[in-house]
Amino acid sequence: METFNVFEKLLGQNILSALISVLLPLVFLIIYALIAILGELKISAWIQERLGPMRTGPYGILQPLAEVIKLIQKEDIVPAGANRLLFNLAPYVIFAGSFAGFAVIPFTAAFVPAEINIGLFYVFAVGAFAVIGIVMGGWASNNKYSLLGAMRSASQMISYEIPGALVILSAAVLANSLDMQKITALQDGGFWNWFLFGGPGGWSKIWILPFTLLLSLIYMITSLAETNRTPFDIPEGESELVAGYHTEYSGMKFAMFFFAEYSNMFIVAAILTVVFLGGWTSPFGSFMSGYWWGIFWFILKAMFIVFIQIWLRWTLPRVRVDQLMYLGWKILLPFALVCFVVISLYRIIY
Amino acid sequence: MLVDIAFWFFAVLIIGSALVVVLSRNMIYAVFALLFTFFGVAGIYVLLNADFLAVTQIMIYIGGILVLLIFGIMLTSNVTGVDIKSGQTGKIQMFFAGLISLFSIIFLVYIATTTNWKVSNGSDQSIMTTIDSIGKELLTNYLLAFESASVLLLIAIIGAALIARRK
Repeated sequence: METFNVFEKLLGQNILSALISVLLPLVFLIIYALIAILGELKISAWIQERLGPMRTGPYGILQPLAEVIKLIQKEDIVPAGANRLLFNLAPYVIFAGSFAGFAVIPFTAAFVPAEINIGLFYVFAVGAFAVIGIVMGGWASNNKYSLLGAMRSASQMISYEIPGALVILSAAVLANSLDMQKITALQDGGFWNWFLFGGPGGWSKIWILPFTLLLSLIYMITSLAETNRTPFDIPEGESELVAGYHTEYSGMKFAMFFFAEYSNMFIVAAILTVVFLGGWTSPFGSFMSGYWWGIFWFILKAMFIVFIQIWLRWTLPRVRVDQLMYLGWKILLPFALVCFVVISLYRIIY
Repeated sequence: MLVDIAFWFFAVLIIGSALVVVLSRNMIYAVFALLFTFFGVAGIYVLLNADFLAVTQIMIYIGGILVLLIFGIMLTSNVTGVDIKSGQTGKIQMFFAGLISLFSIIFLVYIATTTNWKVSNGSDQSIMTTIDSIGKELLTNYLLAFESASVLLLIAIIGAALIARRK
């Protein structure tokens, strides 16, 4: 399928098409976040054999909306002794950083906000803003819990960026590109062409099949750590740190942190989808494939990954700090390195 | 037109935040202002069609160096309780520093205006991405520099591990 930006084609390359390309992911993000919050509430309830929210709307489906209205109404408190400027700036830096990642997410063959050649690298780089924002908020709160949470979060995100980057690098070697649309288009033609199963090509890909499976598993684990989700949520471990770096935040600023977390969850799910699960391509070859079906498949796959993240959160206990570092540096990193070398060798030979 | 607006936006952002970095007494403000300086420089790179360089700027300067600086300042000031402020500078030091800065600015402007830059016309499709050409150049013409840099980094990592492990 040919890839293009449908709005640029219809309206030409002007401010209007650029504005739509920017605003559409924002609208999507808000709707998605509401659904994901409901999912979090309901899935956690089912896992714990509860009903979850039932009063707001039928089966409680209006609960996230009610939560947002509640957060808007809440009083905005800045703690005494906090650094006012940085305290107020931090939620916006975090949200801007996580929303910037949406610029290169290919929702379908006909729509990606900005088709750039280094999309994957870009998504990785803008993740740095989240680290800065978290540290900014944690420090400016003038609270020991916040500072400790921010420090833990930053060190965790930086450590897990390395195995994550190696996974992305291996995928780039395999796909010979960093452009998310090109990587997706390569995997067109059925689920056996996904990079999860070694990517497109003849039977020779059987040699790298175990390694690509392992790589996707490694990326799944690192993505949990990078979004501070359980089992790696020690930055906000409530039994020791109250709520970590956003302890002091209330009202809309807290909501910004919340939205940023859900946005990050979607971004890592989208990267996993694009790199390993074929993005907007149909799993059944030409059956149910097309520009509109592309949106369906992409969101279905990404939401499935988000579902797994929520599922794991309510099933697994939290790891200790030393276990986290052990897992990141002594298990994931060497395995990712071996996979990277094997895939590079495969690319040279075939 | 749009490019001009973007350029002036980034230019003002860079210079404004750089002034905060230099003039702010509070180190923490200086460090966070540096975030916007680095971001603005990355924006200028994008306007110059240097996409790979722009993302590398964000990755290395914001994701690496800035985080390191913040860690350094925060762990010293907030844990030990010492307020980090840059100290007063003497008049003579200030005078000479200003003089040196002035000369370097004049020198840089002179270089920028007299160098024969290779300017490509916008219609050239091959400049749409720089990543391929940068990769090829690094692994052919500049292989020695590239490899020496990697060896240097390896030495730095080993050294850091050695210092950290010493009890």
